[in-house]
Amino acid sequence: MTEPANALELRDLSVAYRVGGRDRAVLRNLNLTIGQGEAYALVGESGCGKSTVALSVVRYLPRNGSITGGAIALDGQDVMKLDAEALRRARAESVSMVYQDPGKALNPSIRIGRQLTEIFELAGVSGQAASGRAVAMLNRVRISDPASVMQRYPHQLSGGMQQRVAIAMALANDPSMLILDEPTTGLDATVEAEVLDLIGQLRQELSASILFISHNLAVVSKMCDRVGVLYAGMLVEEGPTQAVFNDPRHPYTVALLRCLPRGGQRKDQGRLDTIPGFLPGIGSDIKGCAFADRCALATERCRTEPPPLYELADDAGNRLSRCHYHEQAQSLPRATPSNIAAPARQAASPAVLRVEGLNKTYASHGHPLRAVKDVSVSLRPGETLGLVGESGSGKTTFARLLLGLVAPDEGGMIELEGKPLAPRLESRGDDQVKAMQIVFQNPDSALNRSHSIRHLISRALKRLAGLSGKALEARLTDLVRSVRLTERHLAVKPRQLSGGLKQRVAIARAFAGDPRIVVCDEPTSALDVSVQAAILNLLADLQSKEDVSYIFISHDLAVVRYLSDQIAVLYLGRIMELGPSEAVFAGPHHPYTEALLSAVPKLDQTETSRIRLDGEIPSATNPPPGCVFHTRCPRKLGPICEQQEPPLSETEPGHAIRCHIPYAELATLQKKVVQPEPA
Amino acid sequence: MTLFLLSIMVFLGGQVLPGNVGRAILGPFADQRAVDALNHSLGVDRPLLTQYGSWIWNFIQGDMGTSYIFRSPVAPFVIDALGNSMKLAAVAFVLVVPIGILGGVIAALNLNRPLDRIISLGGLSVTVLPEFVTGIILILIFGVWLRWLPISAAWPRDAGFFTQLYYLILPSLPLFLVLFGYIARMARSGMIEALDSDYTRTAVLKGLPWRTVIWRHVLRNALLPTITVIATQTGYLIGGLVVIETLFRYQGIGSLIFTAARGKDFPVLEAGILTIGIVYAVATLAADFLYSVLNPRIRLGTDQ
Repeated sequence: MTEPANALELRDLSVAYRVGGRDRAVLRNLNLTIGQGEAYALVGESGCGKSTVALSVVRYLPRNGSITGGAIALDGQDVMKLDAEALRRARAESVSMVYQDPGKALNPSIRIGRQLTEIFELAGVSGQAASGRAVAMLNRVRISDPASVMQRYPHQLSGGMQQRVAIAMALANDPSMLILDEPTTGLDATVEAEVLDLIGQLRQELSASILFISHNLAVVSKMCDRVGVLYAGMLVEEGPTQAVFNDPRHPYTVALLRCLPRGGQRKDQGRLDTIPGFLPGIGSDIKGCAFADRCALATERCRTEPPPLYELADDAGNRLSRCHYHEQAQSLPRATPSNIAAPARQAASPAVLRVEGLNKTYASHGHPLRAVKDVSVSLRPGETLGLVGESGSGKTTFARLLLGLVAPDEGGMIELEGKPLAPRLESRGDDQVKAMQIVFQNPDSALNRSHSIRHLISRALKRLAGLSGKALEARLTDLVRSVRLTERHLAVKPRQLSGGLKQRVAIARAFAGDPRIVVCDEPTSALDVSVQAAILNLLADLQSKEDVSYIFISHDLAVVRYLSDQIAVLYLGRIMELGPSEAVFAGPHHPYTEALLSAVPKLDQTETSRIRLDGEIPSATNPPPGCVFHTRCPRKLGPICEQQEPPLSETEPGHAIRCHIPYAELATLQKKVVQPEPA
Repeated sequence: MTLFLLSIMVFLGGQVLPGNVGRAILGPFADQRAVDALNHSLGVDRPLLTQYGSWIWNFIQGDMGTSYIFRSPVAPFVIDALGNSMKLAAVAFVLVVPIGILGGVIAALNLNRPLDRIISLGGLSVTVLPEFVTGIILILIFGVWLRWLPISAAWPRDAGFFTQLYYLILPSLPLFLVLFGYIARMARSGMIEALDSDYTRTAVLKGLPWRTVIWRHVLRNALLPTITVIATQTGYLIGGLVVIETLFRYQGIGSLIFTAARGKDFPVLEAGILTIGIVYAVATLAADFLYSVLNPRIRLGTDQ
C-alpha cells in the first residue's frame, strides 16, 4: 500500500506582489506540509504573508500578485498545473475556505438557502434534495431553525450566525482541505468561543485537514496540532503547538509570546515586553536573518548569513527553527525593562468621576431602546475602570454619555471632581471638556489625513491647553517624547505612520489638555500584539505619571485585566457585576461574567469546562422580563429569574453582583470551575 | 418641496426677463393704450403674488393657463410636446441602456486590457462632447453625406410606428453618445467593486463556473448603483433636449420652452419647465423605488 499523499504541500513557494512597477517578494521559498487530517496553524503579525499563503493555495491572489516560484500540491495534485476547469473542480470538490468578516463573504442580495443549494446543484443534486441537504448542513453547524434561516438574507443574521453559514458552505462539499483565515477575528468573545467549539467538533466529525491562519496565539493553541510561525514570508519556527508555545526556539516566537498579558498579569506587576522596530517591508532585500534588526541576540553572523531551518534535536521531534542560536532563543533579553510601570495606589483620594443612576433610552422604530440602564460607578484618580460585555451591551453608549456626545435621560447624574457635569458637551465649561478626552479604536479615521502630525498635536495644545508660541513648542516636545514619538515623526502625515504610531499620536492629542479622564474605546484591537503591548505600556506609564484615570473598553479580557483596577460587566445596558478587577476575575462571579471568562481561549491549555451561552443576545428593544440574562443563563434558578429583576447587591465591599443566587452559593457552584490564582 | 421652489423660481425668472408682454405681442408700433389693455386682459398688470397664486392654483387643478401668443390653453401644447419628447427619450433609452451596461461589464471583465481601454476612453471622449457638436457631425455623416437617415425628426403626418422610429434614430444618437460613457463608467466601476468583493471570492471558491459567478453573484450587486443612475438620467433624457430638438426641428418639450422663452410666452414657459421638474422628480422617485426593490437590505430593513 502506498502512503496517502499529504493534504497540502508547499515546496519553495515564492509569491510576489507588483507594486510601483516592481515585483516585491511576499513569500520567500516557503516549505510546509500538512498531513491528512491534521490541523496546522500559521501565525504571525499582519503583513507577514499569512493570508497570501491561503490565497495561493486556492489560486486566488489579488490581481497584482503572482506565484514566482515553487509548487503547491493538494492531495498530491499540483495546483499550479491545473487548467481553469480542473481548478474549478478542485475548488468545488477538495478545498474550501472561510475567512474574516462573514458579513462580506456572503452575497448580500441572495437568500441563504440559495447560496447553499447552488453548491449541491454543482454536485448534481437539485430541487428538494438540495434544499434537504442545505437544511442538514445548517443543522450540522448548530443553527437551530434552518428552515427560516434559509429564507433570510445575510444582513438579517448576526455575525456569529453568518460565520456558521459560511462554515456550512465551506463544508458542504465535504472538502479534504479546509482553510480558515482569521475566522473569528472581529467576533465577540462568546461568539468566537462558539465558532471555535463548532470547528473543534466538526474536526472530529469530518476528515478534513485544516490550515488555520490567525494572529491570535491563544486561539491557535486551542485548535491546532502543529504551528508554523511566519515572519517576512518565511517560516521561522515550526513544531507541535504545545511545544512551540511552551518552549519557543526562535527569538521572534519568544518575543511574540512575551507581548501578551498572561496569567492575569497586571500593570502594577510590571510592563509588558515589546518587539522594537518593524517587520521588513514587502519586497525588501534581506541579507542575513530577517529578524536580526529587531533581535537583541543578533550577532554579526545573523546580519550576514541567512540562517537555514535548523532541525532541532530535542524531544518532541519535527521541530524547526530558523535561528543560528536557537538553543539560546529564550535568553532573549527584554526589549522593554519590566520595572514596575504603575505602582499600586492607596485607596484614599476622593473620586474624580461619579456617575449615579445614568440612563439612556433611544427610540427605535417607535419602541424605546434602553441602551444604558441605571448605571452608577465611581472612579478615583489614577485608576482604570474596565468596561466589558458583548457587542450591544452598552459600553460605547456609556462612554458617549460621559463625554457628552449624547445626552442621557433626565434624572441621572455625572460628577467630575465633585462638580456636576452638564448632560451635553456644548453646555460644559472649557475645563470640563478638557478634562475628559477619548482615544478611538481606529486612529485612521480619528486623525485628519491632510494635516501633519505637528499640526494635529499643536492644534490640540492650542485648543485644549490654550498654549501658543514658545510654551506650545516646549509642551509639544514634551508630549511627543512622553508618547515615545520622535521629532522625525512630526513632519509627516498620518498615512505615513504605522497603526501603532498613529495611535500614539491619538493618545498625545488626548493628553494635550492634561485630562483627568481618558476614555479608551478598544484602543488596541486593530493593532498587532507587539504594538498592543507597547500601547498598553504607554497608557500605564502615562497613568502613573499624570495620575489620569481611564475608562477602558475592550473585548479582550486579558488586556482589560492588565490595565484595570475596577471592572464593570455590562449586559443589555445594565451592570451585571462591578468590582475590583482581581475580585471580578477571581470570582465568585456573576454567571454572565463566568461565561465570558470561560469563553476566552487560553494559551496555556489550563482550560477547564467551558460554559456555553445558548442563543443570541436579546434585542434591547424587547429585553426579557426579570433578570435580562435569564434567557441564556446556565445557572438559572427558576421562575424568580423570569419575573423579578435582581438588584445589584454588594457581596463584598466594593464588589457587587446582580443575581438572585446568593453570593455564598455562587462561590460553591463555581468552585470547581474557578482556577486558583497564580501567585 | 423642490417642485414648489422650482415653480417660484420659474415664475420669478419669467417676470424678470426684460420686456413687456403686450408690447412683445403687438409690436413696437402699437398704441400704448392697446398694449395696456392687452396686458390687463392677460392679467400681467396684477401684483406678482396674485399672479403666482392664481397660476399655481390653476396648475394644480390641471389648467396650465392660456398661451399669450396662441391665445389658447397651454395644456395641449405641453402634453403633445411631452409625448414627443418621451418618444425620442424612449428610443435613446432603449439604445443606450443595454449597450452602456454591456460596454461597462465587458470593460470590467477585461480590466486594463485593450478592450477596456477602448471602451473607457471612447466612452469618456464622446461623453465630453456636447450634443450639438456630435449632433452636427452625425447629421453631416448620416444625413448629408451617406444620406441614410433623414436630418429632420419631423416625420410626415400619419407616419406609422416604424417610420417614426426611423426619423428618431438620428436625433437619439447624440443622446446615446452623451449617456453611453456615463452609464458604461458606472457599470464598469460597479463591476470592478463586485468582482473584488469577498462574496465573489466565496462564489469562485465554491467552484461555481465563471459564468454562474458573473450572472448570479456579480451582476445584480454590481448594477444596483448603475440602475439608480439610469433612472435619474431619464429625467435628463426628457427634459434636457432643448438643443437636440432645436437642431433636428423636433416638436418636443425642449423646443416648446425655447420658443416660449423667445416669445415671452410665460404660461407656456412656466408650464413647460414645471412639467420637466415633475418628470425629474418622478424619475428620481422611481429610481429610489427601484433601488429599494432590488436591494434586500433596504427592502427588509436591518431588524432581525
